[in-house]
Amino acid sequence: MLNTNLTHVLSKDEHEKLLNENENVMICCGRMGPMCIPVYETMEELESEYDSVKFADMEFDIPDASVIRNLPETNGFAGLPFVVYYKNGKVVEATSSIQSRDQITEILDEHFSSIKVETSIPGIK
Amino acid sequence: MKSNFDLNDMGLGKNHFDVIVVGAGAAGLTAGIYLSRAKVKTLIVNEGAVGGQMVLTHEIANYPGVENISGYQLARNMKSQAIKFGCTIKSNIKITSMQLEGEVKKIVVNDKDEFTAHAVIIATGGRSRTIGAPGEDKFKGKGISYCATCDGDFFQNKEIIVVGGGNSALEEAVSLTNYASNVTIVHQFDHFQALEYYVEEAKNNPKIDFIMESEIVEFNGDEKLKNVIIKNMKTSEINSMNIDGVFIFIGYVPNTNDLDGLINLNEKREIVVDQNMATNIPGIYAAGDSIQKKYRQVTTAVADGTIAALSVSEYINNLKKEFTAAEI
Repeated sequence: MLNTNLTHVLSKDEHEKLLNENENVMICCGRMGPMCIPVYETMEELESEYDSVKFADMEFDIPDASVIRNLPETNGFAGLPFVVYYKNGKVVEATSSIQSRDQITEILDEHFSSIKVETSIPGIK
Repeated sequence: MKSNFDLNDMGLGKNHFDVIVVGAGAAGLTAGIYLSRAKVKTLIVNEGAVGGQMVLTHEIANYPGVENISGYQLARNMKSQAIKFGCTIKSNIKITSMQLEGEVKKIVVNDKDEFTAHAVIIATGGRSRTIGAPGEDKFKGKGISYCATCDGDFFQNKEIIVVGGGNSALEEAVSLTNYASNVTIVHQFDHFQALEYYVEEAKNNPKIDFIMESEIVEFNGDEKLKNVIIKNMKTSEINSMNIDGVFIFIGYVPNTNDLDGLINLNEKREIVVDQNMATNIPGIYAAGDSIQKKYRQVTTAVADGTIAALSVSEYINNLKKEFTAAEI
C-alpha cells in the first residue's frame, strides 16, 4: 500500500468498483518515488477543490495494476507515474511521468468541468 | 504604551504573518521550524510538493544522527515538526507575484489570495536542468526520464543514452546497466566533472560507451522516443542515433526566474546574500540552493535556513521595538 492519504486501489475488483460508483475518477499508479510523490501530494490538495472527482492511488508493482499498465492509452509510457482519468468508466486522458498542479487541473477542468469548489485556504482562519 | 506588539492591530488582516517563507525544501522547512518554535507567526508557501529536492533522493545516508532515511520521510518529518510548532504550510500553489520592497511585503498566490508579512525568506531551491532541445517536453515519460531509479526498469534490454558528466550522470549510467543492453554517455565537454571513482567505474563497465564534446539537439519519435540528433560541439558534425531512452542528469538551476529585478542575483542567477542570509532589500532573506554557494547538500540548506530564521527573528524583534517606541 502506498504511503499517501488518498484512497488506495488494491485490486482489480476495487478498481472496477471505484469506476462503477464514481462518475469522475483520477487514479495515480506509481511507487513512492520522486516523480510520483509530487503527484500524490497535488491530488491530496485538490480533493477539497474538486469534490465530485474521486482521487485514488494504485501501487504500480502489484499484479492487479495491470488494469492500468495494460491500457491502450498507456501503451508506450516509460515514466512513472501513470495517471489515468476516467469519466463514466471510460478513459478520457492518461499521462506519464511527473505532472505539475497546472497540468493536472487543466485536465480536470477540461474533462470534469463545472465541479470545482472554491474554498478558503486551509489553515488560514 | 502597547505591551504586546500585534501587527494585526495595524489592520493588516488575518492573512498577515510576521514572516513568509517561500519554498518548503530543507532550508524553508528548517526556517519554519525555528521561527514557529520562537512564536514568530510564519507561513510557508510552496509551488510544488513539500520537501523540495529531498524528495528526489531515495536514500540519505549522511544526515548527521540519522543512519539511513528516505528523502521523502525526512521531508515529512520536517513538515510535521514545523506544523507542530504552529507553522502554516500551503503547498502546490502558484505564486502569482511578489512585492518585496517596503515595510510590508506582499505575496499573491493562485491569482487571488494575498498574504503579507514584514519579512520574507526566499528558499526556492533548484530544479533539474533540462536540455531545452525540441521534443524534450513531448517525450518526457515516453522515452525521456530524469530519474533512473523510477524508470530504469522500463528499459530492460534496451539501448539508452545518459546525458551529463557529473557524479549523478556517471553513477546513474552505471546503475542503468542493470537494465539496459547498452548505455551511451553523451557529454558536452572532453572530460568529466565527476569524481575519479565514478569515472573509472563507468569506463570499466563493458556496457557503457562515450560520446564526448557533443550534445543532443533534437528528440524524435512518434508515440514514444525513437531517435536523437547529436551534434559534435567541436566539429559541428551532426549524427542521428536510434535510441529507446534518454536519461538526463545535467545538474540543477536555481529557481529564481520570478526574482528578476526584485533582488540582486549573480551571473548564475543565484541570490546574493551576506553571512546572515540577508539580501540587498531590508526584510528579505534567502537560504538554501537558490543562494550563491559552493556546496549544495541537505545539511548546508538546513544551516542556511537556521541562520535566516535567526536573522529574521532579530529583524522582527527590532521592528516590534521600533513600533512600541513609536506608540509611546
